Amino acid sequence: MPLIKLENVVKIYDLGAEKVYALRGINLEIEKGEYVAIMGPSGSGKSTLMNIIGCLDTPTSGRYFLNGVNVSDLDDNELARIRNKEIGFVFQMFNLLPRADALHNVELPLIYAGVPGDLRKKMAREALEQVGLGDRLHHKPNELSGGQRQRVAIARALVNKPSIILADEPTGNLDTKSGAEILALFDELHSKGNTIILVTHEVDVARHAHRIIRIRDGMIESDERVVDKIIARKG
Amino acid sequence: MKGSWIKSSRERDKIKRKNFMAVGFLLQLQESLKIALQSIWAHKLRSALTTLGVVIGIVSVTLMNMTIEGLGEAFRSSISSIGADVLYIQKWAWFAGEDWWKYRNRREIKISYAKDIKERSTYAVAVAPTVFNRSTVRFGSNSMENIIIVGTTDEFIYTAGASVEIGRFMSEVEVKAERPVCVIGAEISEKLFGNVNPIGRDLKIAGRTFRVVGVLEKQGKFLGLESLDDRVYIPIGQFMRMFPWRTGATIAVKIKNMDEIEEAIEELRGIMRTLRRLKPWQEDDFSVNRQELLLNAYNQTVGVIGAVGLGITVLSLIVGSIGIMNIMFVSVKERTREIGIRKAVGATQRVILMQFLIEAVMISSLGGVIGLIFAVILGFIVDQILPTSLPLWVVFLSLLISVIVGIVSGIIPAYKASKVDPVESLRYE
Repeated sequence: MPLIKLENVVKIYDLGAEKVYALRGINLEIEKGEYVAIMGPSGSGKSTLMNIIGCLDTPTSGRYFLNGVNVSDLDDNELARIRNKEIGFVFQMFNLLPRADALHNVELPLIYAGVPGDLRKKMAREALEQVGLGDRLHHKPNELSGGQRQRVAIARALVNKPSIILADEPTGNLDTKSGAEILALFDELHSKGNTIILVTHEVDVARHAHRIIRIRDGMIESDERVVDKIIARKG
Repeated sequence: MKGSWIKSSRERDKIKRKNFMAVGFLLQLQESLKIALQSIWAHKLRSALTTLGVVIGIVSVTLMNMTIEGLGEAFRSSISSIGADVLYIQKWAWFAGEDWWKYRNRREIKISYAKDIKERSTYAVAVAPTVFNRSTVRFGSNSMENIIIVGTTDEFIYTAGASVEIGRFMSEVEVKAERPVCVIGAEISEKLFGNVNPIGRDLKIAGRTFRVVGVLEKQGKFLGLESLDDRVYIPIGQFMRMFPWRTGATIAVKIKNMDEIEEAIEELRGIMRTLRRLKPWQEDDFSVNRQELLLNAYNQTVGVIGAVGLGITVLSLIVGSIGIMNIMFVSVKERTREIGIRKAVGATQRVILMQFLIEAVMISSLGGVIGLIFAVILGFIVDQILPTSLPLWVVFLSLLISVIVGIVSGIIPAYKASKVDPVESLRYE
């Protein structure tokens, strides 16, 4: 059973006067443990696809099975629980709570999962240690560098042991060095068995993945395995 | 390292699921309280200004209840000093209202009626005429000015519902012989005599000497306003010699049986009409007052305070709610992104709704607490004019009202927050 299975997923935005076809029938399967990059120019529908895979949005038609569960017609609250359990988001804009320290930001998914205090703090601390921020637990986002903020966001994505880590342009707001560090971290997470889906428009970033799916005009243009991965990483 | 992490994570998953329902709600409540406090603290001035309407409303409702309670307590403790079974024949009706002129032109009530009523009435067990005047009383070098001197008879002690602390009340013989004796209130005893036992001492009233034969038990303030303990009682004959120009009297009649009060009133009216030589077609030119009338007047007073207080309260609470609602809308708008983040990591609509509702309730409750503090402080000032009292239920009611205001004003903004689309809000800069 594939982790993710999309069957003829269509997304139409009804803007009143006109209908925008964001996705025109996507068929896609992703197995557990894969490292997939979704590429495409802006307006291609890759953000829409990411929102649907991330259970932030539902398809207009078609079906989406996550872990064998059809999530395409769940309501908002059920989707929230699925996101809490199954999905770890990493955003371009980090999207951390500005007034909360790193530890509390990482605790957030656990709070909504109902994990009690001591265990929650322990798990959040472990997640932060895993991304190399064990010494920054009580720093607020504005006291951290961009790269560190993104690590906090990754720790937050990891802490609930999700089925998928979904990263939307995770290096888009970072300098080259920090970006490389974040990508190295993703490689490491992947090697530990995590499933990672990376949305990007940069080829260099996409090359870290084992599989690259290109989207254009709401359709899958190509879906290929990266064969020169080792070379790409060395180069 | 890695293996143990994943293995233990599975165990954690189990714990998580088991506790989800039980602990989840409390956890989220705790998180919501924390967020609300942070948010209020981050906008201290804004929050303080927002609470203003609620503060005024709560001050108003609390003071209103404090005054009504205080009056009620005073009333209940005073009502026994004009017993339910005592009727008062007077020129004026208590709380006459608009017929002021009618009463003004009536003839005065004569002291001598008391004797006639006592002789003729079958319901009366004690009849005491009373007349008042103010004068200075002196003992040695101590003196008190403007003290109410009551001229009455030995039966006063039965109609007044008072009892003697030390010594005795004036006797029938002393009243008839118009002896220069007096009975003093507890406060007079304290202030004028101090540690000296006043019994047998000479008290100067308007220059005349009276021997103190008794001290009355402390009665407290009538309706919490007028002290009944700073009075001096003397035989009515003595009083008339000292203040001959004061002729208007009150005749207090204690009746045998409460159940016969209506009949007693009718009998008294008949006796009074005969004494006044009224023709059958003429109206009564006297009033028979009873405690019930006082109760009515009390209810009226309380009603007015209640109506005014309620008006101010409702108005300021409406203003307060609109203020809170407005600020909550601003808060939701400002924190759209935060809502999006929370939803992305698993917050359900209910959780977001609760978070913002709690924030509104906290702002409102803050106003409630501040209002309560102000009300207690203002209560000391009001106490100079009207008696106040602060029972626990008044505190709880005020806090409950502020919580309700918070819920009412927070529900719409909170609902709006709960419906925020995470996709849109995460794009929101």
